[in-house]
Amino acid sequence: RFSLSTAKTKGGDNRFSCVVCHPTEDCIATGHADGKIRLWRNFHHKKTYTYSALHWHHDTVMDLAYSLEGTRLLSGGVESVLVQWHNESSCQKDFLPRLGSPIECISMSSDGVLCCTLHTDNRISIINSNLRFSRSIQGLIKSRDVKTGLVVDPRTKALVLNGEPGHLQFYSLQSDQQLFSLDIVQRQYIHQAGLKQSDLVKVAFSARGTWLATVEESEEVADPELQLKLWFYSEETQSFALNTRINTPHDNHITDMCFRDMDELGDDSLILVTTGRDCVFKVWVMVEYSDPEAHQSVSWSCDFVGSYHNYQATNCCFSEDGSLLAVSFEETVTVWDSLTWDLKCTFCHPPGNIRNICFGRLTCSKYLIGATDYGFLCCWNLLTCALEWSAHLNVVVLQPDPLSEHIAAVSWLSKESSLFVFKPSEPWPVYIQRNLCKEKILLAAFVPRDEPEMISSEKYLWLRKSQLFFLTDTQELMTLSTKSLEERLTPSSKQLAVEESLPVTPFSVLLGKHRRQQAQEDTDLGKPVVHNKQEQASPAVKELLHTPAHVLPSASFLCTIFINSLLISKENKSAEEVADEVEMESEKAEDESDEEDVTAMEQEDTSHMELLGEMTCKLSKSQEKELRKIRKMDYSWISAF
Amino acid sequence: MAAYKPVVVQACPKLGERITQDTLYWRGYKTPVQIKEFGAVSKIDFSPVPPYNYAVTASSRIHIYGRYSQEPIKTFSRFRDAAYCATYRDDGRLLAAGSEDGSICLFDVSGKAPLRQFEGHTKPVHLVGFLSDKYRIFSGGDDYSSKLWDIPSATEIISYSEHTDYVRCGCASKVNADVFITGSYDHTVKLFDARTKSSVMTIEHGHPVESVLLFPSGGLLVSAGGRYVKVWDVLKGGQLLVSLKNHHKTVTCLCLNSSGQRLLSGSLDRHVKIYSTTSYKVVHSFNYATSILSLALSPEDETIVVGMTNGVLNVKHRKPEEKNENSQKKRQPAYRTYVKGRSYMPKQEDFCVSKPVKRVLRKYDKLLRSFQSSKALDAVLEPPIMLHTPEVTVAVMQELHRRGTLRSALAGRDEKQVNLLLTFVARRVIEPRFTPVLVIVADMITDIYQPVVGQSAIVDKQFLKLQQAIGKEIDYQEELLEVLGMMDTLFATFTKKRDTCLEENKSNGVTEIIETNRNY
Repeated sequence: RFSLSTAKTKGGDNRFSCVVCHPTEDCIATGHADGKIRLWRNFHHKKTYTYSALHWHHDTVMDLAYSLEGTRLLSGGVESVLVQWHNESSCQKDFLPRLGSPIECISMSSDGVLCCTLHTDNRISIINSNLRFSRSIQGLIKSRDVKTGLVVDPRTKALVLNGEPGHLQFYSLQSDQQLFSLDIVQRQYIHQAGLKQSDLVKVAFSARGTWLATVEESEEVADPELQLKLWFYSEETQSFALNTRINTPHDNHITDMCFRDMDELGDDSLILVTTGRDCVFKVWVMVEYSDPEAHQSVSWSCDFVGSYHNYQATNCCFSEDGSLLAVSFEETVTVWDSLTWDLKCTFCHPPGNIRNICFGRLTCSKYLIGATDYGFLCCWNLLTCALEWSAHLNVVVLQPDPLSEHIAAVSWLSKESSLFVFKPSEPWPVYIQRNLCKEKILLAAFVPRDEPEMISSEKYLWLRKSQLFFLTDTQELMTLSTKSLEERLTPSSKQLAVEESLPVTPFSVLLGKHRRQQAQEDTDLGKPVVHNKQEQASPAVKELLHTPAHVLPSASFLCTIFINSLLISKENKSAEEVADEVEMESEKAEDESDEEDVTAMEQEDTSHMELLGEMTCKLSKSQEKELRKIRKMDYSWISAF
Repeated sequence: MAAYKPVVVQACPKLGERITQDTLYWRGYKTPVQIKEFGAVSKIDFSPVPPYNYAVTASSRIHIYGRYSQEPIKTFSRFRDAAYCATYRDDGRLLAAGSEDGSICLFDVSGKAPLRQFEGHTKPVHLVGFLSDKYRIFSGGDDYSSKLWDIPSATEIISYSEHTDYVRCGCASKVNADVFITGSYDHTVKLFDARTKSSVMTIEHGHPVESVLLFPSGGLLVSAGGRYVKVWDVLKGGQLLVSLKNHHKTVTCLCLNSSGQRLLSGSLDRHVKIYSTTSYKVVHSFNYATSILSLALSPEDETIVVGMTNGVLNVKHRKPEEKNENSQKKRQPAYRTYVKGRSYMPKQEDFCVSKPVKRVLRKYDKLLRSFQSSKALDAVLEPPIMLHTPEVTVAVMQELHRRGTLRSALAGRDEKQVNLLLTFVARRVIEPRFTPVLVIVADMITDIYQPVVGQSAIVDKQFLKLQQAIGKEIDYQEELLEVLGMMDTLFATFTKKRDTCLEENKSNGVTEIIETNRNY
């Protein structure tokens, strides 16, 4: 039947994008790339089929779904509008607009009461049958491009990055939840391909998190529409409120922005520095109004404009005590006194432009680290104004730990990323992890731990106070764990005990059924099934199945754990055999877990949520931590089903 | 799910002074009436009783003006030489004035000839005033003495010769009938009690005192001399509260407004400054054509009268309060419609249904929400929006440009609409805050309507106007760049002379200011 319909297309723009069958009648609805929905009828008679078209979408129809009775047809696409067509006529339709991001999939619940849409930004919306938005399930929102970098909010310790277009998302790593989404651009976002949208590109927090500076620019290359906004955290409303808006702070793109974070001096001495491609860096300070009747008491204005030989300013960084400002201008790093704004000294390591700079901290505060795009990592001593050491390393990310002297550098060498952790005072690294991952790591951030962790291994001592997170170019968020795999898995056996006491939910029933099936299959195949094998495997499998689907790591990562959990040390099977067998199984298990999650979400979404909630609240803190460690966000994986 | 976000209209902060309650209040005066007197106006005094006539002392005459009269309603001209300091008594029936020959005359406001004449000063008398018991007069003269006179008997009660220079100003306490103060060119202000033989208090002002003033409560004393206005606490034994230096020439006169909340000072630098008496900050200021010698404010601040050195009397009347509120006021729903049901407390078993707040969208927003670009542009090209809030029009144009539909919205218009559009663009394209958007709009219009140029005289005229406006602006910018270049050379020469590190800052700061000036 499908082959028949594809044969009948006229080609060109009206490629098929999706197809759905009518639940009762002899009718097929297909979505096309030109935005039309075509309804094909009378398929049983080969010659006499007819078709009619419905057209509202201006871009590809991503998915279609029929209601239970077949009277209503739902369609969605890039416009992020859910369209409901009544009785297959083009005049009667309802809309649910502004769902946030393009709709990828639509699915109706089996009783026809609810419908859910899957969006491109890693989110599921649940919608009532009368087209009323009910709620959404979301974790880390996937944005088109993380331009802001990974920033840690000092108040909530949440990870801050681009969220929905024009929004800033505050993502809590501890609870895997989006705390809130701050609308920065405050403009209607038009979901249409090829538009020059303005989006958030830079974010900086003051040391206490009371001030937030954001830069937004339009995508136009020549004349970007720049806006610098300063937000003040209001304790009363518990949110950021816009304090100052500066139009066109620079004549060209802003390359970097930082606050002078001086904890002890309070907020009065706050200084913001922005560097731009218009060859200057600007210093912004707070100005207080003398008029007591004024609406606001402070606002921001430009205090100083500095430049160096008309080179483009690329990076800026304040020293730990705030007395020095380092600004890199293409090949040169300039160091400025932050009191008088005098140029103190310059450093240069030709050839190659400076890609990253940062100051050392605590005992290493006399060092300035710079990475060039010619593959050199340099450390300058600020007291002698001389090069202390340099290393040949193609550093992509340079991230200092705010709580210790350590600096993490991530290098990118032909298809693999490697991590180097070093102290500026010593030219040899403290920790090296080669082949960290296959993807290019774009951003990194140190997130302070709530309490310093006890770490036995000398190798991981640098992770005591804060945890390192990476974001790769496929928008996977990763972290480095100090424990080995076995250590991580042991606490989940306790978790098992907790789960036994849980009330029976459809999800757990489903899980039990699958487990029985699996056992049966095993026996059917006549494998030497040992009881203790099952026991051994259960923690890993349990964990696999009980972690929410959207926070599960990628399949390639899960595979090793799964294999390890299935290995039986006493048996002397050949290694190949085991691997083959287990790989097959793991794939199957994963497929199962996928299905389970999807079905659970569709059928009993609320119960699923409840289950998760109960689970997490019953887990002890240490267990939670363990769980967190193996979580990785993988979007490609979830979008695959 | 997000709601529709209305178009953000960029509000530009108004440059220049900020509008406060004070500026609104003090701007509420009509254009001044100018009256020419015979000489420098040395003193203006308002009658304390209605109809609030005022006596103006200039040269050898005293003119009494009515509230709205431009001609004097009465003149006292029986002086051989200059008259000084014509002052009303508290009941507004008697008027006293000093003169150049040292005599003091007391007039009945309704009469013409002086009722009494007090002789005793050997030099000109610049200060005359009534004590608050109404029966005594105090005076100060250029013979360094200040005297107290009894009105009924026209005799001198007491004479103080404590000042060491001309006594030129003074005032009587309103709360105590025996207390008066005098200010002198010997830089001091002295407080006298008629019951004692000598001064009670001496305050060192530091400059020749031109004017003194006591607050109605009698606790605070204001003195003006040199460029300074100083406020003293009398009850604390003459402690200096605050010293104000807001004029750049000698302050000649002081005055309080009717409520006592604002202090006014007039100066030779042609300014009248108004201070708040709580913060002692300048809240408003008036400019005048010439140096100010005297200043008076009528009760209820109805009239400000200022006398100048060139003999011009400047009278400002307050605008009548706008009454149109009453006429336009619509019948509003009764108060109880608003409070209906508000006080109801839901019970435990009640199910609360929250009513969604209805959002009011402007017409163009509604059209933009439904992607009707041309109609949205039409909506903001209506004269009221286009003339009074051009920023709204420009914001919508920018939004359309962002959506990529500006070209289609601009296209397909008839002669009248194109004319309207071009008028707007030609007028506003030179305004810096609109320039980026309107340049794009102008570009598109010329592109779209290029084929029809020459078909309509009106449109052609508008195109020429647009060309002119842009050409002018380019010339202007070039000129500014030249000035900038010149200034840069000047700063460069400065830099050599002085310490380099300091100068670098400054030159950068100044060029920044110039740049912002150019931008805005």
